[in-house]
Amino acid sequence: MSAERALPMLVCAAVLAAWETLVRWAEIPPYILPAPSLIATTLITDWGTLSGSLWVTLRITALALALAVGIGVALAILFAQWRWLERSFFPFAVVLQVTPIIAIAPLLLVYLEPGTAVLVCAFLVAYFPILANTALGLASADHNLRDLFDLYRATRWQQMRLLRLPAALPYFLGGLRIAGGLALIGAIAAEIAAGTAGRGAGLAYRIVEAGYRLNIPRMFAALFLISIAGIAIYLALEAVSRLALRRWHDSTRERGA
Amino acid sequence: MSLSIPPLVSLRGLAKSFANGTTALSGLDLDVRDGEFLSLLGPSGCGKSTALRLIANLSQPDGGTIDWRDGKRPEIGFVFQDATLMPWASIFENVWLPLRLRGTSRADAGSRIREVLDLVGLKEFEKAFPRELSGGMKMRVSIARALVLRPALLLMDEPFAALDEITRLKLNRDLLRLRAELGTTTVFVTHSVYESVYLSSRIAVFTQRPGRIATEIEIAYDGPRDEDFRVSPFYVEKCRATSRALEQVMAE
Repeated sequence: MSAERALPMLVCAAVLAAWETLVRWAEIPPYILPAPSLIATTLITDWGTLSGSLWVTLRITALALALAVGIGVALAILFAQWRWLERSFFPFAVVLQVTPIIAIAPLLLVYLEPGTAVLVCAFLVAYFPILANTALGLASADHNLRDLFDLYRATRWQQMRLLRLPAALPYFLGGLRIAGGLALIGAIAAEIAAGTAGRGAGLAYRIVEAGYRLNIPRMFAALFLISIAGIAIYLALEAVSRLALRRWHDSTRERGA
Repeated sequence: MSLSIPPLVSLRGLAKSFANGTTALSGLDLDVRDGEFLSLLGPSGCGKSTALRLIANLSQPDGGTIDWRDGKRPEIGFVFQDATLMPWASIFENVWLPLRLRGTSRADAGSRIREVLDLVGLKEFEKAFPRELSGGMKMRVSIARALVLRPALLLMDEPFAALDEITRLKLNRDLLRLRAELGTTTVFVTHSVYESVYLSSRIAVFTQRPGRIATEIEIAYDGPRDEDFRVSPFYVEKCRATSRALEQVMAE
C-alpha cells in the first residue's frame, strides 16, 4: 500500500484509539459519548432496524438522483435548443435551488404523501448542479467544431447528439458527483422534517428517534452509516466519471514522466 | 489556363464588418480558378480568414457578391488553424463525421475513410484517439476529414501556423503530394511568404485592414516542387517579389 493511502488510514486508526482510550479512562457514560467499540457493537446488534432504514434512505437517494439526472439533462437540452425557454424558466430553477430545502419541506408535506415529499425534496436539492453544469457544457462546444457542423449543414438534432452532448459530458459528470452527495443530504433533511416512523423510516428518522430515547450509541451508528453511504456514492460516481472519460478527457490523462 | 473557362467562384466587391466596429474586408475582388492552389497572403488581421469564411458560407457578407460557376456552392472541405477534432471520438469516427452527417453508415463509410487515412499516412491509427497523436498527425486527420467527401474546393485557414518548423515542412510536402494525386482546387490562408511560394500556383497579397487584393503573383513552375525547387533561383526570386509586395502593403 502506498504511503499516500496508508497515512490517512493511520491517522484514522489513531483518532479511534484515542477516542476509545479517552472514553474508558475518563469513564464517560455512553449516553454522552459512546466508545467506538460500543458503536460497532450497536451497529451489529441493531443491524436489523438500521439496515432496513439504510435501504429506505439509499433507495430514495438513488431515485432522487435518477430523477435529477433525467429532468436536469432534459431541461438543459430544452434550454440549449430554445433560448427563450431558458430565459423564461431558468429563474424558476434558481428560485427552487436557493430556497433552503428545510423551509420547503413542511409545505411539500402538506401537499404530498410523506414518502413522495421526501423524494421531491431530495430531487430539488440534487437537480440544480446537473442542470447548471449540463447547460454550461452544452454551450461550451468548440466554436470551430460548430462551424464544421454548419459547413456540412448538420441539423440541430445532429449537432446536439454528435457535438453538444459529448462536449457536455465532462461537465455533466462533474455535476453528477455534486448531485449524488446533495441527493443524500436532501433525503436526510426531508426525512427529519417528515418524521416518518414505522417500516418506511429512513436513517434520519432513526437518529431523531434515538435522540428522543437517549440511545446515543445508535445515533452514532446511524450517523456512521450515513457517512459511509455518502462516501460510497461519491466513490461510485467518481468511478463512473473516470470510466466514461478514460479514453479522451484531459482529467484522465496520466501525468508526469 | 484558358480564359474561356469561367472561374469556379468569383468574389466581387465583398465587404464585411463586425459588431465591434472593425471592417475586415472592403471591396475584395477575387477569382478562384479550377485546379489552382491559391494562397491568400497578408498581414495579420487583414481579413484573409474572413474571406475564407465567406466563401465557405460560415459568415455572410455585408456587401458584394459570391458567384459560383455552377450556380450553387459545390462540396467544400475546410481545415482550421487547429486540428479541431472531436476529442471524444476515435480517428475513424472523426473522419467519418462529414459522411455521417450525410447519413452514411459506419459500415458504408469504412472503405472511403481508410482510403483518405491512407492518403495522409495514418492508416494504422483509425482506432486511436486524438490525444494520443502529435500535433502534426492531428492536422493530417483534419485534412483527411476535409477530403473525405471529395470536395471540389479545399479551404485551409493557416493550417500549419501552430506547428513546429520541421513538422510544417513535412506537411507542406505532404500537401503537395496530395495535390498532385487529387488535384483539388485549394485556397490556402497563410502569413508565411516561403510557404505560399512553395505551395502555390498563385498568391493573392492582401492589403492591411480593411482587406482587399493588393496584387497577385503567379508562380508558374512546371517541375516537381522538391527540395531542389526550394533552393532554385526561380523560388528565391519569387520569394523576393512576394516579400516586396508584402512590404509595400505594410508601408501603406
